[in-house]
Amino acid sequence: MSIELNAVNFRYGKRQVLHDLTFSLTAGGFNALLGPNGAGKTTLISLLTRLLALQSGSIKIQEDDLRQAPRRIMASLGVVFQQSTLDLDLSVLQNLEYHGALHGLSRQQVKNRALEELARMSLSDRLNDKVRSLNGGHRRRVEIARALLHRPKVLLLDEPSVGLDTRTRLELNEYVRSLCETHGLTLLWTTHLMDEIRPEDHLLVLNKGHLLFANSGAALLSLTNTHLLSDAFEQITGLRETVT
Amino acid sequence: MNLSVYAYSFLGVLKREFLRFIHQRSRFFSSLVRPLLWLIVFAAGFRAALGLSITPPYQTYITYETYIIPGLACMILLFNGMQSALSMVYDREMGSMRVLLMSPLPRSWLLFCKLFAIALISLIQVYAFYGITLALDIRLPLIGLLYALPALLLTALELGAIGLFLSSKIRQLENFAGVMNFVIFPMFFMSSALYPLWRMRESSEWLYWVCSLNPFTYAVELVRFAMYSQLNLEALWVTLATTLFFGGMAIIGFRPEKVTGTK
Repeated sequence: MSIELNAVNFRYGKRQVLHDLTFSLTAGGFNALLGPNGAGKTTLISLLTRLLALQSGSIKIQEDDLRQAPRRIMASLGVVFQQSTLDLDLSVLQNLEYHGALHGLSRQQVKNRALEELARMSLSDRLNDKVRSLNGGHRRRVEIARALLHRPKVLLLDEPSVGLDTRTRLELNEYVRSLCETHGLTLLWTTHLMDEIRPEDHLLVLNKGHLLFANSGAALLSLTNTHLLSDAFEQITGLRETVT
Repeated sequence: MNLSVYAYSFLGVLKREFLRFIHQRSRFFSSLVRPLLWLIVFAAGFRAALGLSITPPYQTYITYETYIIPGLACMILLFNGMQSALSMVYDREMGSMRVLLMSPLPRSWLLFCKLFAIALISLIQVYAFYGITLALDIRLPLIGLLYALPALLLTALELGAIGLFLSSKIRQLENFAGVMNFVIFPMFFMSSALYPLWRMRESSEWLYWVCSLNPFTYAVELVRFAMYSQLNLEALWVTLATTLFFGGMAIIGFRPEKVTGTK
């Protein structure tokens, strides 16, 4: 499922945080939204998820316009926010049930799908445990399982690896990549950590609200004449104009 | 979307609110302590000092304890409505509100589910309070407790809607504490919950008018009349109108943010 942004601007009061963003995301693949802190990544995710209202420009997911068919778009999106949105005092299943209910799923449907998703994540035995008792990595996995519960076509992950140790976040990254294949998802992973990105990924580099680059990691290496994506990222975020 | 989708979402929100209520047992007990303190401690002193004439819906002299029962029942609804709103501000700060707002279902429907769940939880607390008052041998019309149910439900929805509206306007938990003091206490004390309006008028004309304009006064009178198997139409219309007004304002308040200030 493709995502297209056309001339999207956004401002908080007088401060413009997104400048004329126009790009499209590869359907059914791993897309990485890169940018240093304050680049506008979370604002962009908030616009895609309707937590913020679009001020100008348009966002289309498949053929649906966000302004005209917001509910159909919401039904096709799964989201994992940077800040955990799990209820710590509820069990894993109760958290999933709540999410499922908000997407119109019956209790039985939720239970079947929850068992399926949690089994994939080796968390079946934690179904009735309170979320509070899970470690950071497991909580993230529960959030991903929850985001997949209503079978979305697009999965948005806003800096999902924040607060996790290196090993856990790379495992999580690996797992999410496998979802693209198993679920046929279009995936948008936002991060500022370059070890989570591979040359074959489709990259969007954002800095101070400007889109600096939109192409594959390999193209970025070639453009910057570097061997490491981290070097390429540093080099390009020093630029202030689109180099696509 | 078919009707079952709406039913599942309604049940889901209801279940979550009940689970949270169960996890916060202290909230249940504290909601009963406040009205019981009034009933047992304050009423003991006021009973001797305060004479009550026969005014509708009462047809005979009543004790001060009997007079304040509807007001104290509404006090539970008021505190619970505001406390639930407080939890929404907390949810918003902690991020869990996003789960609700990301649903493909209409936000107005989801807010109604939330409001209804808050109201049902409030009613459980009110009827627990009624049970205690009966155990304390305070005379209440038993059939009136049944008649009062719709009035209590409407009042719970009204106060919950005011709470939801406030929670939509407040961005930080710290700010909400101030609003609680500026909303709960004035609403409760400047109403007919503890003293009849004619008593207020005897002491201060302006206070009487403030109390007469307070929607909480009408909620209390609606419940008071219903407890004595009577319908106070004026109170019903005011309570209904207030519920619809604040419910509508809350729905507007929870639309995708129209950001105008700084982040």
